[in-house]
Amino acid sequence: MPSDIPFAFVRKEQLPQLPPPAREQGAVKWIRENLFSGPVNSLLTVLSVMAIYYLVMAVWPWLFNGIWHTQSLRECQDILQGRTGACFSVLTQRWYQLLYGFSYPGDQYWRPNLAFLLLGAAAAPVMFTELPRKMLLFTAVYPFIAFYLIWGGTIWSPIFALSGFVAGYFVYARFVAQSFAGAVGGAILAAIVVWTLGGYITNVIAPVEPVLQAIPSRDLGGFMLNFMLGVTCVSLALPLGIVLALGRQSTLPFIKLICVVFIEFIRGVPLITLLFVANVMLSYFFPPNSTVDLFLRVVIMITMFAAAYIAEVIRGGLAALPRGQYEAADSLGLDYPQAMRLIILPQALKISIPGIVNVAVGLFKDTTLVSVISMFDLVGMIRGPILAQQEWNGVYWELFLFASVLFFIVCYSISQYSQWLERKLATDRQ
Amino acid sequence: MTTLSDSPRYVFQLSMLVNDTRYRSYTFQAIALLLLIAAFAYLINNLFENLEAAGLDISYRFLNEPAGYDINQRPIGYNSQSEHLRASVVGILNTLIVAFLGCITATIIGVTAGVLRLSNNWIVKKLMAVYVEAFRNVPVLIWILIIFYVMVAALPGPRAFRGEPPQASMLLDSIAFTNRGVYIPKPVWGAGSGIVIAVFLLSIIGVIAYRKYTTSLLYSTGKLLPRGWPSLAILFVPAVLAFFVLGQPITLDYPVLKGFNFQGGLQVRGSLIALWFALAVYTGAFIAENVRAGIQAISKGQTEAAASLGLRKGWIMNLVVLPQALRVIIPPLISHYLNLTKNSSLAIAVGYMDITGTLGGITLNQTGRAIEAISLLMLFYLMISLSISAIMNIYNSTVKLKER
Repeated sequence: MPSDIPFAFVRKEQLPQLPPPAREQGAVKWIRENLFSGPVNSLLTVLSVMAIYYLVMAVWPWLFNGIWHTQSLRECQDILQGRTGACFSVLTQRWYQLLYGFSYPGDQYWRPNLAFLLLGAAAAPVMFTELPRKMLLFTAVYPFIAFYLIWGGTIWSPIFALSGFVAGYFVYARFVAQSFAGAVGGAILAAIVVWTLGGYITNVIAPVEPVLQAIPSRDLGGFMLNFMLGVTCVSLALPLGIVLALGRQSTLPFIKLICVVFIEFIRGVPLITLLFVANVMLSYFFPPNSTVDLFLRVVIMITMFAAAYIAEVIRGGLAALPRGQYEAADSLGLDYPQAMRLIILPQALKISIPGIVNVAVGLFKDTTLVSVISMFDLVGMIRGPILAQQEWNGVYWELFLFASVLFFIVCYSISQYSQWLERKLATDRQ
Repeated sequence: MTTLSDSPRYVFQLSMLVNDTRYRSYTFQAIALLLLIAAFAYLINNLFENLEAAGLDISYRFLNEPAGYDINQRPIGYNSQSEHLRASVVGILNTLIVAFLGCITATIIGVTAGVLRLSNNWIVKKLMAVYVEAFRNVPVLIWILIIFYVMVAALPGPRAFRGEPPQASMLLDSIAFTNRGVYIPKPVWGAGSGIVIAVFLLSIIGVIAYRKYTTSLLYSTGKLLPRGWPSLAILFVPAVLAFFVLGQPITLDYPVLKGFNFQGGLQVRGSLIALWFALAVYTGAFIAENVRAGIQAISKGQTEAAASLGLRKGWIMNLVVLPQALRVIIPPLISHYLNLTKNSSLAIAVGYMDITGTLGGITLNQTGRAIEAISLLMLFYLMISLSISAIMNIYNSTVKLKER
């Protein structure tokens, strides 16, 4: 029976879905949510856009009107006729000085360049674990190749230095199964024997005309010096830092005391004071009549500095390992060196890699401090030989911008690498 | 029936020094001690031989000799006839001044940038990320030099402030930005200004007490007193009253252009400003990352739990998130303060006379007492960092999670 009460309207079929309102989709929604979600946010957006606008308006003509090929700042000003504009000519004119310092012989620039390229090949297997492990062999030889390329002179010193290490390694590999301490002691002894013999032999056969011209350390400079100091000191500081960290965690009170005092002392003083030590004080502690050049003294001090910081990072890694790992190693009957080498350190180092990379970035930035003790690194070159000259007195922005960009590129890539590594290593904890 | 077997007879043999783990540690430590003593003996022997060859000795008597050089920023009385010791004290005070200013500014910049990096405004977030990355990845020495050189090159000389019409003018007729530094009004402490300051310090204590009282009242009875305006009132009203009752004892001495330079007021030198701002902005970038990490470390559940209890947004921040976040933020914050203090030694690059510039710079060069000067310098920084670590340890033990 049909009802006599008439329904006004009954929907029989489903309506098609409507698109969301225009303000709730696409770019409009994104802008509403991310830029104008409230009065404070809108104000912030407007302020930021204004700030960016003024910055771009100030910087753009300066960059765009930049002069690249003149002989001096005065010529730049003549060309610009009072307009805003950068004088980038200083970079093109002094390019090699900025990169290599002012006294590295010009026809030898290929040597540091080649060393830099080879560094890529040497660092690759360390940075990317997918690469074949055989490449590590080249990494092990690289320091000697780089040393010879950059300093030149007699080829026998790097060869004997390398053979000392090789001899030490063979002695270590032969005896490590019996006793770790004995193997290390034997290795050191073997290396010292080879080095001493090598020293005598080098003295006898030295007067051959060297293939690569010898270049003294004081001729190194520019960004090359920063780079060399950074790479050398971090790679030397890493093993020292591991030893210090283990010493600080040690149960032997005296060893622990030595490591704590060393670490806290180094971390408590600024790097500049350590560089002062390298500059004026360290030579008092070397044997009389010996000359140790400034580069080596600086490397010693920066390495000690970096080692203390790396030790603290690794100590964090050691402390973060669960107690069970130590106990498991003990219960397997491993002795201390075995437990550390096989169980504890591989895990602790893996945890501390991001921290170590942070220390490395900080250290690389700190290599600019050597300009304070009158070494001509990148900053030292800018402040000293370049800005002091009549032609370029006053081109502050261009030079320091260049230096900042160089450091930014290197440091930012290292920190991006470290974040990538962190993500890669974090897979097991998700 | 079993009998108790005799315990093995305990005989000490020499081989146990190597083979028995109970004694091996002593052997190792003895070897380490011997090596250390040998190394030190060697180094110190070298030191004395070198000193003898150079005709030098180690003596700190130079500290009492007249320094003979001038220091341009003198927090305490000093002239070129004063001793090296006094020059070092001036240097220490200058270090502390720049470290103090830098820490405060860095905290303000860092906290602002860190909070803004978490804002839901995309453009602000990106800007702050650019700031943090740009400053963390460029050496602080370069920033110090940029600010220093650019300030000298871009700001007008005092000469530009005269002429009709002058090319440059003073901000609010009281602050002059020149390439010789910034001139600001200097407070002159008249008679009775001590009382005003004492009243102000007392009102700070009063504010803290009031806030503690409101918190305890809230926890015990649930009654919430207003906190914002009473705090402000307690802070300022008594001090302002005292200031006027005592007849305005504190006056300002404005810088005035006389001859070729500004007279009066307080000159903040370009080197101090360059060092201060570069350190503040550089350290601020690191602090921003800490603040961000600290706030992000508080799990979202905490915020949601607080919201489900019916707390307002500001209270959630003040009562739930911040107390937990601060525990994560403050220890690295303090170590950044320490880093800033140590980085202030870069003053020597722009000629700011801090302890590194006086004791480690001119005094060292004039007297040639490298070992003495550098060891004193290190001792000073070491004392600062050890005392800061002590403070940090005390703080850490007070905020440590109280577990049952």
